[in-house]
Amino acid sequence: MVAIPLLDIQNLTVEFATRRGIVRAVEHINITLAKGETLGIVGESGSGKSVTSYAVMRILDRAGRIAEGSVHFTGLDVRNAPEDAMRDLRGREMSMIFQNPRAALNPIRKVGRQIEDVLLQHVQAAPNEVTEKAIEILDRVRIARPRERYHAYPFELSGGMCQRVVIALALACRPRLLIADEPTTGLDVTTQKAVMDLMVDLTRANDMATILITHDLGLAAAYCERVVVMEKGRVVETASSEKIFKSPSHAYTRKLMRATPRPGASLRGLLPEDMSEAAEKTVKASPKPNGKTKSSDKTKAPLLMVDKLLKEYPRQGLQSSLAKLFGPRPAPKPEVFRAVDGISFTVDRGESVGLVGESGCGKSTTSMMLMRLIDKTDGTIMFDGEDIGAIPAKKFARLPLRRRIQMVFQDPTDSLNPRFTAARAIADPILRLGDPEDGMPVRARCEELARQVGLPLDLLGRFPHQLSGGQKARVGIARAIALKPDLIVLDEPTAALDVSVQAVVLNLLQDLKESLGMSYLFVSHDLNVVRLLCDRVIVMRAGKIVEQGPTGRVLGAPEADYTRDLLAAIPHPPV
Amino acid sequence: MRGKAKAMPAPAVMAETPPRRPLAGLAAMLRHGRYVISENPVTGFAFGLFVLIVIAALFGPYLVPHDPLASDTAAALKPPSLKHWFGTDQLGRDVFSRVVVATRLDFFIAIASVALVFLMGGLAGVAAGFFGGWTDRIVGRIADTIMAFPLFVLAMGIVAALGNTVQNIVIATAIVNFPLYARVARAEANVRREAGFVQAARLSGNSEVRILLAHILPNILPIMIVQMSLTMGYAILNAAGLSFIGLGVRPPTAEWGIMVAEGSAFMVSGEWWIAFFPGAALMIAVFCFNLLGDGLRDIFDPQRRT
Repeated sequence: MVAIPLLDIQNLTVEFATRRGIVRAVEHINITLAKGETLGIVGESGSGKSVTSYAVMRILDRAGRIAEGSVHFTGLDVRNAPEDAMRDLRGREMSMIFQNPRAALNPIRKVGRQIEDVLLQHVQAAPNEVTEKAIEILDRVRIARPRERYHAYPFELSGGMCQRVVIALALACRPRLLIADEPTTGLDVTTQKAVMDLMVDLTRANDMATILITHDLGLAAAYCERVVVMEKGRVVETASSEKIFKSPSHAYTRKLMRATPRPGASLRGLLPEDMSEAAEKTVKASPKPNGKTKSSDKTKAPLLMVDKLLKEYPRQGLQSSLAKLFGPRPAPKPEVFRAVDGISFTVDRGESVGLVGESGCGKSTTSMMLMRLIDKTDGTIMFDGEDIGAIPAKKFARLPLRRRIQMVFQDPTDSLNPRFTAARAIADPILRLGDPEDGMPVRARCEELARQVGLPLDLLGRFPHQLSGGQKARVGIARAIALKPDLIVLDEPTAALDVSVQAVVLNLLQDLKESLGMSYLFVSHDLNVVRLLCDRVIVMRAGKIVEQGPTGRVLGAPEADYTRDLLAAIPHPPV
Repeated sequence: MRGKAKAMPAPAVMAETPPRRPLAGLAAMLRHGRYVISENPVTGFAFGLFVLIVIAALFGPYLVPHDPLASDTAAALKPPSLKHWFGTDQLGRDVFSRVVVATRLDFFIAIASVALVFLMGGLAGVAAGFFGGWTDRIVGRIADTIMAFPLFVLAMGIVAALGNTVQNIVIATAIVNFPLYARVARAEANVRREAGFVQAARLSGNSEVRILLAHILPNILPIMIVQMSLTMGYAILNAAGLSFIGLGVRPPTAEWGIMVAEGSAFMVSGEWWIAFFPGAALMIAVFCFNLLGDGLRDIFDPQRRT
């Protein structure tokens, strides 16, 4: 380490003035960063990791202020520097990459122009050569055909490409410090790898220091030299990433490590020590319907049989609609886009099947068709011997069959009506479709369901915005199991949750499956989660099934190249 | 309060049901309202004015010192004094009494027309946004057609055609406001059409109409209430404007628009108070409803909750 560190955070406390008085988001933290070093800040939501970075850039919002301590950047006192100096510093000396690349780009300006803006702002290029320079920068972030892409608008680029442009913007002035706040959340795992590799290569080549803020311990350990673990506004551990993985010293770090799904971990192993023991006990105490259902139902037909399922959407290109209006000849046949391209698979009773693939591969469209929320174009969906694919989606909503297929949605916040209490949300399917437990008052049934999913009963009267992410997920699950369905489609049910909450929810799902004898179709992009929960895996790409088979085989010895790519892209901590 | 603390496999958690407090939601709402008002005193001022207007509308006739219709030619055109706070008009009627008593009529016209347009425009707009397709096209074109006219001229035409009654003023004001409500409701329903909770409602076996009424409408209500407050002011102006040009309410009924119209003739000769005070009442009422709209938006905005 150098004598004067590039960034020196001493005893920093950040306070926010809220209605309930002053809240300390960050308390007495010390972080130092040497020139050219890569530092990871890891923590769950609310740990203060983003606030720390805002304090460094001094872009805290109006209610927040640095209450104590100091931040020195190359000897400059950030806390007391005049705003002019800070404005000059931001972008030129330190820059930031945000989580949502699309939101960070101006939607109505060409990406090339946006890079030019930054270059001109900080006098990095003369006006006559700025275009060439912008193209050069686009090339440097490995955007193919940079000369063409210079003229692209953000909406014409994919999420990964947008993030590359954002990186290009951040690195345009060769800053000395780059802060990346969850730069790859929301990106596919292969894109994540490409973006992270790019970021690390560029910062290394230019001898920049990087702070990577993430909730993913694996990602931080794979790309950073040192890792800072934060919990509730405090730094609980700072160590080299190897040491963090081999011998984490703080209990919270150990808990976080345990909760992160990884090869070789068991579902129970994700829970903290004391809880996983309790879980083992209850599992042993309860009879094992899992094995029973498997053996007895093996001979029967599978619960769900999907055969050559096809979904086409008309491709709405600007050209075709313009051609329709002004074209001299009749409009060409409407092009179609095949979101799902003739896939076939089965789900047995009591089985959980993982459906994995990257965004746009058709896995969500497939689940929506199975749920009968949208109509298929062709193919059959046989559910327990009935061709439910033939029933129009609108009509299906009120059939008794509706009870037997339910769904847990990806975003627990979005999937709960903001004006319904938890109890009302859980009761909705019971009120509409009738309760399988006849004669039980709705309220009592809600309470029983809340107990089943581990939702404290006093939370039943609350509205979604008064519940935490994990609690909302439980409400969503309770609603899905209220009618005792045979099949539940789980659409990335834990993607929006912190790892420790995810661990609990995954265990809950497993327990419910065993006690209620349901089948799961688990839609996910996270192979490590699928590995834990699923008996079989289906890998999809561009609407087609690339590979399917038992989880151990597909993830252990994949046959398709694509599956291998997916597996390789998962960040691996140094071993 | 993270879920992880309570993590337990299926049947483990047992808790007592606390006694349910039905008014808890209302109390929280009031607390939130008080917070918003304390943060923005202008909103508090608007609420105060609103309460004043409501009191004048409800109890005005019992509170005023003089009969608003009793003329006294001996005391005609007297400037404001202790006896006649706002002076008297050309027939010797007490302007103060007339201004206060007129509140009820103007307020009633505004509320009735806003309620009517909320039902028509709100429901049509929500349906257009939710169902799309032909519903959307029809509602959209109706709104476009209405907007193609200068709105006040359209209101004039409707009242002239239907007849000079309070009821027709209400209908005309409602029709003129229809596009505003339909568009706001349409946009709000449209963004919620594919929301997760709507999909979940479909899975729970809700029919489309029920999803619209029980799931989407309540979520749009706050925005519509803000809209209602903002158009209240416009509705009052519209009613007064119609009366001003001689359509709608007829003299000698006390109504702000008529009073301004009657008083305007005397402005030149220096008797300013006859038109000024009803005009000021009109202005204050409109001002109050606009401020109230801003305040309500703050209160209903979930971003500013907790």
